Amino acid sequence: MRILVCISHVPDTTAKISFTDDKLEYKKDDIQFIIGPYEELSLTRALELKETVGNITITAINVGFSDTEPTLRKALAIGADDAIRINADPKDAYFVAKQIAEAVKNESFDIVLTGKESINYNGAQVSEMLAEFLQIPSITSASKVEISGDKAIVEREIDGGKEQIETSFPFVASGQKGIAFEPRIPNMRGIMMARKKPLKVIEPVECEELTTITMHELPPPKAACKMVDADNVEELVHLLHDEAKII
Amino acid sequence: MAVLVFTENWDGKFKKATFELASFASEISKLYNSECYAVTFGSTNDGELASLGKFGVKKAFEIKNKKYQNFNAQSYSAAIVELIEKLSVKTVIFPNNYSGRSIAPRVSVKLKAGFAPGVTSMPVSIDPFIIRRKVYSGKAFADIELKTDIKLISLNQNAFKLVENAVEIQVEEFMPTINDTDFKLETKEVMKNKGKLPITDAEILVSGGRGMKGPEKWGILEELAEVLHAGTSCSRPVSDLGWRPSEEHVGQTGKVVSPNLYIAVGISGAIQHLAGVNSSKNIVAINTDPEAPIFEAADYGIVGDAFEVVPKLTQAIKSFKEQK
Ligand SMILES: Cc1cc2nc3c(=O)[nH]c(=O)nc-3n(C[C@H](O)[C@H](O)[C@H](O)COP(=O)(O)OP(=O)(O)OC[C@H]3O[C@@H](n4cnc5c(N)ncnc54)[C@H](O)[C@@H]3O)c2cc1C
Repeated sequence: MRILVCISHVPDTTAKISFTDDKLEYKKDDIQFIIGPYEELSLTRALELKETVGNITITAINVGFSDTEPTLRKALAIGADDAIRINADPKDAYFVAKQIAEAVKNESFDIVLTGKESINYNGAQVSEMLAEFLQIPSITSASKVEISGDKAIVEREIDGGKEQIETSFPFVASGQKGIAFEPRIPNMRGIMMARKKPLKVIEPVECEELTTITMHELPPPKAACKMVDADNVEELVHLLHDEAKII
Repeated sequence: MAVLVFTENWDGKFKKATFELASFASEISKLYNSECYAVTFGSTNDGELASLGKFGVKKAFEIKNKKYQNFNAQSYSAAIVELIEKLSVKTVIFPNNYSGRSIAPRVSVKLKAGFAPGVTSMPVSIDPFIIRRKVYSGKAFADIELKTDIKLISLNQNAFKLVENAVEIQVEEFMPTINDTDFKLETKEVMKNKGKLPITDAEILVSGGRGMKGPEKWGILEELAEVLHAGTSCSRPVSDLGWRPSEEHVGQTGKVVSPNLYIAVGISGAIQHLAGVNSSKNIVAINTDPEAPIFEAADYGIVGDAFEVVPKLTQAIKSFKEQK
């Protein structure tokens, strides 16, 4: 069995975001890049399946220029068997999904995992777009993936509950908390081995542009917090009534 | 230039969020001097579809075929595309929730239509079509241009207010072409969190962090929630420690919520926590540490011990409501 894990290369969750003067891009200096936390969980689940079910190879894939390679190497260090980098700027979700679909359409992956959303653009689009390009079923926000013979049992989150779904292979699932709990971190041996694992670089295909970002902006600075004395909670009640108009 | 809105129903009923979507969709249709239509999967209660007319929807389509009883992104998106083509729709509005996030990207690929997810307001301009959305988990905004003839948008919950605009509404059944290859998923079981409002629907949330010390201490938060008719939520360590169920976890790796009021008790306000709550209309923080970062994100703050402040606050709200 083969599992593909789509990895995003995103600023660390604590990063302070600021933009270039033309407002088109965020400033990359001083930012530490990580594997998106949801993709980390999906990769962790792929490894768990490999350990419990056996006979599984895991491929990590990313669309990005060579500066994203350390992120892919980290996926290899955590335990992916090989990696593919599509050498292009990930312009928008449609572009990314199309590139991945083209790269893997003849590769016969049984399970394709992504994260629930990338934490930079929060679009949550790549998994479903990829499934549509590949014409296979999909489950978003999967909180569990189990293999049971020639089927998989996947749990997905819905508004106010969960659904258990059975699917045949191949399928796409976007992982969230629950698919795995603690993301694996690379150990020394993993880091040594990652250097020798294959990382294939391929060039992008032509792709139409459906969207562009015309500018970024930071939210206006917040007004200072109004402090209320702990012995005068009535004042808070009045503020919530008169000013915030909530109660 | 018609506009179509995907109005999901829950056991035959709509929610407030559905009417927010209908309001948004009909405001967009006004920009184009065109009409607004709605589509829903599964049968709805009597009068439910007609209620969309109050928010400017001229025609509502109901897909009743049993094959569409369970959610399936493949079959739902194919049916929506068929309707888009039949009605010459140019703009489609989805909720930015689990369903919208599953269907809209597939529609985008099928029609090569640009998609703007997570929108909170009306377009900045319609020619070119530019609309603002949140990015970096609420740390910034981006203006995104949709360059295609057909445009897809998903709207955040509690971001757009209801706009009443009553029109005569027609209700029709729509029977999509069934394509067997779209039905490869089988829903085995639907597990609902019984009797509890999903935290994403709560207008007020009382949220507890590690400062609450233990699960047995949640009673005072539940009492406060009760007087406010609020839901309860928590920070990640609280759900990781098993003090509260995981569906209450908010933040970067949990749920993103946007209530009118978020009360953070014993929560330090880590950047990953704020990523889930920064769309709240008002934040109240109660914390013993005056330096806690939560006070930078909050509108109102009390420095004090939760175990003293929260019961007093509950009492004060109770008295206030009784006087009113
Ligand atoms: C990749 C990543 C993703 C993450 N995702 C999330 C996420 O989704 N959600 C999330 O919440 N966190 C997330 N975190 C964790 C986050 O960094 C913080 O560790 C976490 O939010 C802290 O939770 P807390 O505020 O409950 O606890 P603490 O940081 O321990 O804060 C407890 C607070 O309680 C106060 N306190 C103590 N006693 C009292 C009292 N008697 N009365 C009143 N106040 C009291 C203290 O002053 C303190 O401010 C993530 C971290 C990483 C690295």
